[in-house]
Amino acid sequence: MTDILLDETPSAPDVVKGRSLWEDARRRLMRNPAAVVSLYVMAVLVLLAAFGPFLWVHKFNEIFPDQVAIAPTLTDMHLLGTDTVGRDMVARVLFGLGISLLVGAAATLVALTIGVAWGATAGFLGGFVDEAMMRFVDVLYAIPFVFFVIVLMTVVQSDDATANLLLIFMAIGAVEWLTMSRIVRGQAISLRKREFVEAARAAGATPMQIVFRHIVPNVLGPVVVFATLNIPVIILTESFLSFIGLGVQEPLTSLGRLIKEGTDQMVTSPWMLIAPATTMLVTLLALNFLGDGLSDALDPKER
Amino acid sequence: MLTQAVRRLFVAVPTLLCIIAGAFFLMHAAPGGPFTKERQMPPEIERRLEHQYGLDLPVGEQLQRYVGGLLRGDLGPSMVYKDKTVADILAEGAPTSAVLGLGAMTLALLLGGGLGVVAAVRQNKAQDYAVMALAIVGVCLPPLVIGPLMQLLFGIQWGVLPTSGLYRDEFRLGYLVLPVITLSLPLVAIISRLMRASMIEALRSNAVRTARAKGLPEAQVIWRHALPVAMLPVISYAGPALAGAMAGSFVVETVFQLPGIGKQFVLAAGQRDYTLVMGVVLVYSVLIIVFNLLADLAYRVLDPRTRTP
Repeated sequence: MTDILLDETPSAPDVVKGRSLWEDARRRLMRNPAAVVSLYVMAVLVLLAAFGPFLWVHKFNEIFPDQVAIAPTLTDMHLLGTDTVGRDMVARVLFGLGISLLVGAAATLVALTIGVAWGATAGFLGGFVDEAMMRFVDVLYAIPFVFFVIVLMTVVQSDDATANLLLIFMAIGAVEWLTMSRIVRGQAISLRKREFVEAARAAGATPMQIVFRHIVPNVLGPVVVFATLNIPVIILTESFLSFIGLGVQEPLTSLGRLIKEGTDQMVTSPWMLIAPATTMLVTLLALNFLGDGLSDALDPKER
Repeated sequence: MLTQAVRRLFVAVPTLLCIIAGAFFLMHAAPGGPFTKERQMPPEIERRLEHQYGLDLPVGEQLQRYVGGLLRGDLGPSMVYKDKTVADILAEGAPTSAVLGLGAMTLALLLGGGLGVVAAVRQNKAQDYAVMALAIVGVCLPPLVIGPLMQLLFGIQWGVLPTSGLYRDEFRLGYLVLPVITLSLPLVAIISRLMRASMIEALRSNAVRTARAKGLPEAQVIWRHALPVAMLPVISYAGPALAGAMAGSFVVETVFQLPGIGKQFVLAAGQRDYTLVMGVVLVYSVLIIVFNLLADLAYRVLDPRTRTP
């Protein structure tokens, strides 16, 4: 570790170290079969979600009035059956998968941005500022999450489904950044006293520059791991919101919403539950295995 | 240690005040109020109602009055259930949620902790992979799927356990089995993973190597030397998680139709029952603070490095 740091010149501090670290991690990730399989599964799922709804023969909101809640069949290509309104389940699952992944990725991005900026600033500045910023996080931690989301979702109430989706990103992201900020702060504290930060300070960098150019790139490892493991959590959170009726609104749908609708029809039309639940399980498994693989690959102790 | 605990409790008071103020302003920032109904009330009646509950005052003043009430031990009247105070509603629901949460956490600690230890001791063997696969599936299955599924299997198909509710003629433990399992599954998954990771680390520590070198039997090495240290991360996780579980789970309470405060809370937030929402937030925050404190104290007892001679 130290000899790498000694190689660094203030002009290119991250590039040199960054490349070797990431290259190293990539190689170790590729040796982990579960992670590699998950990577392929995720690639397939993302492609399916991105292009599937356009390529599939039915649209997700197309209604077949004479084919309501029919079991999986080859007639009219309803491979996974139809729902209680008569909409094709394949199209709905593909569309719901897309929305769920979008919610997961976008909310993680929101959480990441706030959490990294907040945690890095608190950890780097230290002292009173750090104390105040982290007590603020503690207070937010103690307010139940549902409450936050409910208030956020109702403050900016909107009947427009797309605006509502944006709101879900913001609401979940606004809750999930807390853990992120704690992780980043811990890392930032250990980085604060390191040589390259001192070198940057000696070279006349402002605190802002040090935080965003020198601290943030160095905490990316744990951040990436947390982000990967956080996407499944957010997808589950969204399904919870759908359950209480605050999630994705019609005509849009998500895996969580489909599962909710499926559990209501579990006894009479089990295919309405099985298809979205399996899709969600596969997605979450892949993301979890990928996150675990990344965390092993980026763990400095394993090198 | 005692002074530490007392000092923490003193810090808890301003923290609690901040939480109350934060939740109070957030709640009042949401549009609508407890008396906003589909059917419009005559404005003078609505104004009288608002006056009666003090809702016509500035929010800061309302907060002052609320905190003043709290100091006298008064949680206020519910704004939606006209014949009940918040204390009544909490007293009805909190025991159910607390029993569920405690049961789920006990199960999770025993089962998750045990599985984690087994996985760590048999690292990279079949048992390890089995436990980890189970844990990862447990994290991925949302309670809103597991709950109805178990109701269908155990309650309807096999008819061995009651599906929902808490009483029929008398209280029976059977009613708690499915909800407790549903609530504890994600906890089991997380705890077993935490336990495995920290146990592996503990088994590699110098203390364990010394214990082995002394010739202690392996069982004693694991139970007496590795386990107390390995339990530390689990305890820091279990503290706040127990608070969350005891404050009620909306999904579990809805699926199994149990009268807990988790359900009350979500309904109250939707109906803008300001005082009831604040009551549940208060219960939750107090639980969080207390269990964090207890977790820290347990930490001190277990961790030989922070133990003062």
